[in-house]
Amino acid sequence: MSIDIDTARKVAHLARIRVPEARLPALADQLSGILSFMEQLNEVDVTGIEPMTSVTPMRLKRRADVVTDGNIQASILKNAPDAREGFFAVPKVVE
Amino acid sequence: MSALNALTIAAARDALRARQITSAELTEACLGAIEAAGALNAFVHHTPEIARAQAAAADARLAAGDAPSLCGIPLGIKDLFCTKGVPSQAASNILRGFRPEYESTVTQNLWDAGAVMLGKVNMDEFAMGSSNETSCYGNVVNPWRRGNDPTPLTPGGSSGGSASAVAADLCLGATGTDTGGSIRQPAAFTGIVGIKPTYGRVSRWGVVAFASSLDQAGPMTKTVRDAAIMLGTMASHDPKDSTSADLPVPDFEAALTGDIRGRKIGIPREYRMDGMPPEIERLWSEGAAMLRDAGAEIIDISLPHTKYALPAYYVVAPAEASSNLARYDGVRYGHRAKLGPGDGITEMYEKTRAEGFGDEVQRRIMIGTYVLSAGFYDAYYNRARKVRALIKRDFEQVFAAGIDAILTPATPSAAFGLGEMADASPVEMYLNDVFTVTVNLAGLPGIAVPTGYDAKGLPLGLQLIGKPWGEGDLLNHAYVLERAAGFVGKPAKWW
Repeated sequence: MSIDIDTARKVAHLARIRVPEARLPALADQLSGILSFMEQLNEVDVTGIEPMTSVTPMRLKRRADVVTDGNIQASILKNAPDAREGFFAVPKVVE
Repeated sequence: MSALNALTIAAARDALRARQITSAELTEACLGAIEAAGALNAFVHHTPEIARAQAAAADARLAAGDAPSLCGIPLGIKDLFCTKGVPSQAASNILRGFRPEYESTVTQNLWDAGAVMLGKVNMDEFAMGSSNETSCYGNVVNPWRRGNDPTPLTPGGSSGGSASAVAADLCLGATGTDTGGSIRQPAAFTGIVGIKPTYGRVSRWGVVAFASSLDQAGPMTKTVRDAAIMLGTMASHDPKDSTSADLPVPDFEAALTGDIRGRKIGIPREYRMDGMPPEIERLWSEGAAMLRDAGAEIIDISLPHTKYALPAYYVVAPAEASSNLARYDGVRYGHRAKLGPGDGITEMYEKTRAEGFGDEVQRRIMIGTYVLSAGFYDAYYNRARKVRALIKRDFEQVFAAGIDAILTPATPSAAFGLGEMADASPVEMYLNDVFTVTVNLAGLPGIAVPTGYDAKGLPLGLQLIGKPWGEGDLLNHAYVLERAAGFVGKPAKWW
């Protein structure tokens, strides 16, 4: 599978990374190179093999559904590039 | 006594407890060494005030007796660990200015034991790289050189700053993290010891995530004994990490008996790659001979899916990374791009991420996005997870057959020159991890130990792979190898 310029543009958009048009051909080339390296996986017979979902066989722990912290609004907003009136501020989303 | 900063953790611990030295003196020696080693670019955020305060507290604790092993020991902390109030930016511009409001579990464990933070050390951006050339802080330089040739060499990556700092005696030990070889490869390139523990042994809470099913933190130290001491403090069961194992942490140092008589060491034939340099081949057979001389039995084994580990890794790791790194959107922390008139939230995301992430990180996010996208999920991601299951099964089968540990080279070559791979394709750079990446896929513990030199005098390392939760045994095998190899080399100081 090789990646053309349109696919590269689409992937960049899905990843929410702006890539200038002039850089798309080189990007498509690099992504194609990496994907063709991955094609080796097609040589492996995986019939009947379950995809690995957990590194160590374990059941994730559960805990009571209760609040364990809170009242740390200032801490949460401390690193925000734009925080106003106790909220994260972003460009207008809804017209 | 030689310079205090050149001490091992074990020697410093003994001297501190015997009140022959103070943590304040030890810490000043390290701070001075760091100050004089700007050319290595290993330390990127210096925290001398914190270090001096922690050293004073450690000295008080030592005076009161009953201090833990790491009490008063100065360490370097990889920039991937969140440290409260101290810049923690994963060597990325997208986290410029980020000062966490919390402390990672690993570093909290270290401070609770009385360790001293000298500062944050350099790394590849988001731990993605094998040469420490993707950092927003610039390249780290290996303290080792090819004899009198001044060509700057890579310390490896991604924990290159940790490796360079430990090898150059800027600190007594450093934290590293390893997703595909990022502790073991730089350890081998700089002549030090690095262990990646079993997945789940060390908490991932507060460590900036790259690929969550592969990431594991571990110590980088001057000796195997130091690795055992430091791992014992880093490891813990942590309710804040759902994959942290609820198992007691054994006394790893006590496991270093030096006795491996009757142990079965596997030599996997698939690791004998085409075109392997003769010096790597020789190092490997010499290592096997050392273990045999110590009374172990050397057995040829097969791990048939080894060849597919790298391609599987380069599907699974970017897939997880694309998901983990989605959080860097310019809203909650870090960089936000300047917006133009009419720019909406999508432009904010796209511009922020384009400005904040370097090329390699962008590439991996996009590959991950692609392999997870509709229509390709089964062909790439699910297939890679199935191959991963087979790679893990290969190891389970050899351990079930009675093998105690597996011996392999740590890297395909010695450290290469910074910039030498600039024209290489991304895939060529990925080949650096060929011997280490299987261990992450299978969740096993692996350790790199320096055992020899290449023709130009650069250090070379071997890797031992152990059974899940068998770090004590693994460290003991490594201890035997370390003693037999007698590697005591230090880089000649030029910086």
